[in-house]
Amino acid sequence: MTDLAWIDAALTAARPQAVAALLRYFRNLDTAEEAFQNACLRALNHWPQNGPPRDAAAWLIMVGRNAQLDEVRRSRKQTALPDEAAISDLDDAEGQVAERLDNADYRDDILRLLFICVHPELPATQQVALALRIVSGLSVRQIARAFLVGESAMEQRLTRAKAKVAEAEVPFEAPGAPERAERLAAVAAMVYLIFNEGYSAGGESAADRAPLCEEAIRLARLLLRLYPAEPEIMGLTALMLLQHSRAAARFDAQGQIVLLDDQDRTKWNGKFIAEGIALIDKAMRHRRPGAYQVQAAIAALHARAATPADTDWSEIDLLYQTLERLQPSPVVTLNRAVAVSKLQGPEAALAMLEPLAARLGNYFHFHGVKGAFLQQLGRLKEAKLAFDRAIALANTPAEAAHIRQHLDKLNVSS
Amino acid sequence: MQYAILCYHQEDVVGAWSKEQDDAVMARLIVVQDKLVKQGRLGPVARLLPTTAATTLRKDSDPPLVIDGPFAETKEQLLGFYIVDCTSLDQALETARELAAANPGGSYEIRPIGYFAPNGSSGK
Repeated sequence: MTDLAWIDAALTAARPQAVAALLRYFRNLDTAEEAFQNACLRALNHWPQNGPPRDAAAWLIMVGRNAQLDEVRRSRKQTALPDEAAISDLDDAEGQVAERLDNADYRDDILRLLFICVHPELPATQQVALALRIVSGLSVRQIARAFLVGESAMEQRLTRAKAKVAEAEVPFEAPGAPERAERLAAVAAMVYLIFNEGYSAGGESAADRAPLCEEAIRLARLLLRLYPAEPEIMGLTALMLLQHSRAAARFDAQGQIVLLDDQDRTKWNGKFIAEGIALIDKAMRHRRPGAYQVQAAIAALHARAATPADTDWSEIDLLYQTLERLQPSPVVTLNRAVAVSKLQGPEAALAMLEPLAARLGNYFHFHGVKGAFLQQLGRLKEAKLAFDRAIALANTPAEAAHIRQHLDKLNVSS
Repeated sequence: MQYAILCYHQEDVVGAWSKEQDDAVMARLIVVQDKLVKQGRLGPVARLLPTTAATTLRKDSDPPLVIDGPFAETKEQLLGFYIVDCTSLDQALETARELAAANPGGSYEIRPIGYFAPNGSSGK
């Protein structure tokens, strides 16, 4: 089975490792990408007959490097071209490269490639776009569609982002342990950003953006293969798997948001849930709690509940308290208020919102949640005000439409 | 005789398949499975979650060490298995060939089973 779609999957899988190693050779992103492109072209010529080689990444690194060196020599108009025979015996060369580049090299290479995208001067969305382009190898058109912008606008953004990255001095020696941990944390945050770009999309654009969620999960699994004993990477992967497991149930046929309580749980992806729960179980063993692990544990409690009534809200409340300690934020407290409303009723939950008003006054979810609590308390006029405010702050048409449904119910009952 | 047909593949490549590609492979494998069921030759079948979900208990030290990840770092990973009743190695190979034709890439290890307890009973 050697048709192009399968070869494409093999090239996609090998890309992070190959581009990362080529970047170390050439110390220049454009050159590394060009070398990889050249190698892919050769792969498309060679692989269809015999299928991809056993170590596709090593093949691509070797061929990409040689092709690029040829190009440089040619452009310098040197007469002495390399001996073709020297690169024609790929089996041998492949073995040598594979030997030289052991796992530790690959790890640092790939981490570096991801890390250069996390450039502090680049806005988050550009970091994400850059990573999708150079690490994941998504086409400019795919990325443009995911960000709902035109292709040429995205092309320009990527060019500017690459220029920024090229100016930055990224050290090429192997990082020390503290530096490696720092890079890993920054890269993990970026992977979660990619996920959220996909996850937070509204109904009608959800299909265009779903690939971002899948790509983020693929990158997280890659990180986890490189750093198998990092509980926060397990937590991050679990969190994304558990959230993405609900993708088919989060919007109805009209693209309207369906809340967790109302979702058809048979549409949840059981395989993702199993993998997410397995990872969170593994992570907990390390007894090094972190924000991703706690959020994943919360998502796992929702995933384990066969019906909304089975949800273990007291455990969720405890986990949110842990999260408040690890990563204090009014948004975390807002989420805990929802758990408290289930445990102690809307009055206690509403009291928790008061101190948050100053900091979350412009936050869509704050007013949506507040409106829901007020509605449960029968304070319908105040609920309407909160919902109106939420609609004004909605980030997507689907969010606004969802709050309008609440308003419609209010109008019926008042 | 019972054979285990162990399926190895590079999981990063399998992970790069689109959902359509993955579904297509599964649909083709189901055809082969159905045929084996009709012949009364198919035992348990499993597709394993990625090795990133694996944990290994190593007995090199006492007490045994718990390690995150698969037992061995290999180019191709054990991603699933079939238990199939076969009259001979030739028949087992024939079955593996049919499974291989349904699945792009990867390798199959055909391993005769010495002890089999499908329901956890004392076996045969």
